[in-house]
Amino acid sequence: MSKITVIDYGSGNLRSVAKALESVGGDVTVSQQPEAILQADRVVLPGVGAFADCYRNLQESGLLTPTLTHINAGKPFLGICVGMQLLFTEGREFGIHKGLDVVKGHVGGFSTDMADPDQPGMNLKVPHMGWNRVVQQQSHPLWAGIPDSSHFYFVHSYYAQPRDGQLIAGSSNYGVEFTAAIAHKNIFATQFHPEKSQKYGLTLLKNFIAWSPEK
Amino acid sequence: MLAKRIIPCLDVREGRVVKGVQFENLVDAGDPVEVAKRYDLEGADELTFLDITASHENRDTILDVVRRTAEQVFIPLTVGGGIRVNQDIRRLLNAGADKIGINTAAVHRPEFVKEASAQFGSQCIVVAIDAKCVEKDGAGVPVRWEIYTHGGRNPTGLDAIDWARKMEEYGAGEILLTSMDRDGTKIGYDLVLTRAIAEATTIPVIASGGVGTKEHLLEGLRQGGADAVLAASIFHFQKYTIPEVKEYLTKEGIQMRV
Repeated sequence: MSKITVIDYGSGNLRSVAKALESVGGDVTVSQQPEAILQADRVVLPGVGAFADCYRNLQESGLLTPTLTHINAGKPFLGICVGMQLLFTEGREFGIHKGLDVVKGHVGGFSTDMADPDQPGMNLKVPHMGWNRVVQQQSHPLWAGIPDSSHFYFVHSYYAQPRDGQLIAGSSNYGVEFTAAIAHKNIFATQFHPEKSQKYGLTLLKNFIAWSPEK
Repeated sequence: MLAKRIIPCLDVREGRVVKGVQFENLVDAGDPVEVAKRYDLEGADELTFLDITASHENRDTILDVVRRTAEQVFIPLTVGGGIRVNQDIRRLLNAGADKIGINTAAVHRPEFVKEASAQFGSQCIVVAIDAKCVEKDGAGVPVRWEIYTHGGRNPTGLDAIDWARKMEEYGAGEILLTSMDRDGTKIGYDLVLTRAIAEATTIPVIASGGVGTKEHLLEGLRQGGADAVLAASIFHFQKYTIPEVKEYLTKEGIQMRV
């Protein structure tokens, strides 16, 4: 059975991620130890809060290098929410901040001036919070068993924009079309929270546990 | 497009779900985890636990409830009631809650919201606002509301719209808005209030207080401009199931998660 490490770098609700993975048969460790990342078969990087804080916490906890080592070894990696955003070259939230640069592109914010099509005179709320449809832009093992345009749970004010559009695995619409998931070699990452997205979220996590990325 | 959310609210006292009318004649309605699982399977978009445990000694029972729920329910869970200090938030988040509702403590010390959102992120800080109408115009339409605490008994003198704006500025990620005039009445949300707060802020607003029918949910979303609707009794007393409500709202043109 493959070992999954959920990286604990002081960001957010890791228990939910761990419990969701366990409920679909994962052998999960939540850890702050570099070794636990280096020894894992699969790694999950969650994250909530501000981009720069998350990056700094990851770095200061000594987990940034092991995370990159895991990714560069070609082993399955799942980023969730800010854990997806951190993969990008830079975040543009309260200034410009460096990211892991594993995926070329940047993370920018939703405008608070987007008109709400359902409510004349009102703008769309930011954060984008709740259930939205995800259109699958490519077939991928992690989408197995999930109908196209299923709803997933989001809570975020910023979203990633990869330079290479081919990396977009799923997109959503909230005033603008934005990237809801990316796929790049052994990396899959979602802006939404699979651990909070009921049955299809659990299906995605189950698919991650079974995933063997092509070398 | 983003779906509107249906959020059942469970009152939890000393680890058990209780139901009653306006906090009177409370009867035991089971294990919160079992009730939460049922709502999850029915298609609830989120769940809210309101901890109404009176005695301080028994306040830890909610942590156990949250822990057990987080093992089995994979939709967002908000927990409110009696949140006073940072440590209350941390323990609930670590137990598996996704969002924390802050009410009285914010009124007593607004900086608490600022500190909590800076430390834990705005996305998990829900400010609960209990508002009561204090002024109507000549035609009887409410025009001003104030914040009340202690279940609508204690006025604070704070204007509800100013307060909502301030809480947004202080980092609240969402507002849970309850009309104290409507709570428990089953005559519908205070739509004027809901709309006023929704227009005054840029963060999501959850309407609460007064739901008696599925039409009220529609009004809250459409006329009230709310992003989500919270309801307790219509679901607890099985007046409607969640799929029934969602089917109705979908037919009325509201985006729902199906």
